[in-house]
Amino acid sequence: MEGTPIATPEGERVDAAASSEADIHLEGVTKRFGDAVAVDDLTLSIERGAFYALLGPSGCGKTTTLRMIGGFEDPSEGVVYLGGQAVTDLPPYKRDVNTVFQSYALFPHLNVERNVAFGLERKKIGKDEVARRVAETLDMVQLGALAKRRPGQLSGGQAQRVALARALVNRPRALLLDEPLGALDLRLRKQLQLELKRIQQEVGITFVHVTHDQEEAMSMADTIAVMNKGKIEQAGSAEELYERPHTAFVANFLGVSNLVDGKVLERGIEMATVETDDGTVRVPCARMSEAAGDAVRIGVRPEKIELVPAEQGVPDGRNALRGRVSIASFLGVSIQYVVIAPGGEELTVIAPNRDGGQPSSLGVGHEVLLTWDPQHTFVVARDA
Amino acid sequence: MLRLSLRTRRTLLPYLFLGPGLLWLIVFYAIPLINQGGVSLMTGNPEQGYTLQWHFATYTNALSDYGTQFGRSVLFAGSATVLDLVIAFPLAYFIAYKAGRWKNFMLLLVVLPFFTSYVLRTVAWQLILNDNGWVVHRFQDVGLISANGRLLASTKAVVAGITYNFLPFMVLPLYVSLEKIDRRLIEAATDLYASRATAFRKVTLPLALPGIFAGSLLTFIPACGDFINAALLGTPKQYMIGNVIQSKFLNILDYPTAAALSFILMTAILIGILIYARLLGTRNLTEAAV
Repeated sequence: MEGTPIATPEGERVDAAASSEADIHLEGVTKRFGDAVAVDDLTLSIERGAFYALLGPSGCGKTTTLRMIGGFEDPSEGVVYLGGQAVTDLPPYKRDVNTVFQSYALFPHLNVERNVAFGLERKKIGKDEVARRVAETLDMVQLGALAKRRPGQLSGGQAQRVALARALVNRPRALLLDEPLGALDLRLRKQLQLELKRIQQEVGITFVHVTHDQEEAMSMADTIAVMNKGKIEQAGSAEELYERPHTAFVANFLGVSNLVDGKVLERGIEMATVETDDGTVRVPCARMSEAAGDAVRIGVRPEKIELVPAEQGVPDGRNALRGRVSIASFLGVSIQYVVIAPGGEELTVIAPNRDGGQPSSLGVGHEVLLTWDPQHTFVVARDA
Repeated sequence: MLRLSLRTRRTLLPYLFLGPGLLWLIVFYAIPLINQGGVSLMTGNPEQGYTLQWHFATYTNALSDYGTQFGRSVLFAGSATVLDLVIAFPLAYFIAYKAGRWKNFMLLLVVLPFFTSYVLRTVAWQLILNDNGWVVHRFQDVGLISANGRLLASTKAVVAGITYNFLPFMVLPLYVSLEKIDRRLIEAATDLYASRATAFRKVTLPLALPGIFAGSLLTFIPACGDFINAALLGTPKQYMIGNVIQSKFLNILDYPTAAALSFILMTAILIGILIYARLLGTRNLTEAAV
């Protein structure tokens, strides 16, 4: 199996991959259900071969977006392009994409093999070729032995693989995955995440993955688009989104954030100064678009913070906030503190367990200093 | 009060639950059936009574004498079943998928005829198809029947009557099996390059098979033994095997022939069902609905 990526059926498609033309492109797409706006003037581009995740809470419009790419929903406004061709008015069966449904939607009256062959049988492909490709794809998802079983006789993980094989066997332009691992237990989910990633790299086709699980998105996707209320809040690599979130929503949806209100005092050449309730902190200008006088929130991730007793004083060049420890939980690998800042914000600090236990000087009720490298500070707009 | 160990109670429990139903079946089904089997092998006459003589010739005589009526029963019941399927499928499809909030109301309409008696409903058809009725006149106007043509007392009328009377038995099982189909399967089929028509043929129809099977049986079996429609809407030329059995039992009092005819009908239907189930695929009938 390894080292033998499945070739795309037509040569020119491989060439298309070389160009930077977007494989999937949505232009100003809006979807309304009655008065409710599910997707709001959305524009996005997905490159050929990318593993693209649409991440967001339920009701954010991510599944509706996927269904518009698949052709199951008509956009109220806007245009859907697949490979540069406008397909907005094409029904699903005329679109060169396949979907892995959340509920798998396997045909209960057909066995595994016939389920997987369903798409190929609709195209004019010889029987031998169909059988060969079905067997090959079932091997890829490690289900060759279950070819004759009916869906009713499969476990959740097996059914999920059949759904994947049934879509992949058609070698579509893109694979659309609608919360494909949502119904599985945690251990199986982790295992299938790795497998999905492996298969995506092996076949090299574009995956668009809808999920509400930030860890799932981060572990698999090259690009994550965080959606909220029908819009994309921010799109980028997992690292970009985590280290430099642009909005409070993104900062809180991906991991834990400590956000403190402030006001920009001045913008220097490299560093800007932001005034908080508790003195000033410095922020790299590259991480901030706001001008002096703007209201902002500064943020820092819990693991970037070092917690020291208040008496120690701030080391040179580090940002600092004061606080009082309100909760200290020993988690084994780390110790998690909740510190109340003077402004009332609850700040989370995760300190690695280096000393074999919890230092008594940082116990509950102690006055402490939270210090961090200014390079790790990020700035998000203050919501109204 | 009898005190039994938990274990004994556990083994007895299934029989306790089965008991009433089993007893009912034995008393009102098995015993009469065996009794009629015995009657079918008797000889004698209504005046002196009948005695068991193991007279199997009654069966061969009944078959050769009433082969026409048997054939007619199968033909009429079969035609009505096919017509019912053709009428009921779109109706059940519409109720299951398109009726929205009218769903329950439409189902009520389907069952509503059951609130009047079977015979009365058939008599009503007699009035509708009457020679001086509106329907016959309109049919004559548009030339569907000749100027002095009739609708009543014809094969058409009998088949139409059976079709009408058994329609709900086709609609309801079809509705249930269509309603149960996950609509996401249709989405999945269209995602896999099936047009709406292909999706219907490859997914909806196979998954509706249990309903088609159940509906056909519920229509065909009672229709085969029906005598009301032929008696009220037809002439002796349209008489079905049900009419023969009825007249043998109740008018001529030839019990052995009547019983033999009943057994032949039952056996023929059983064999027919087995072939039908085999054709549709028993696996599809039992597993498709999972």
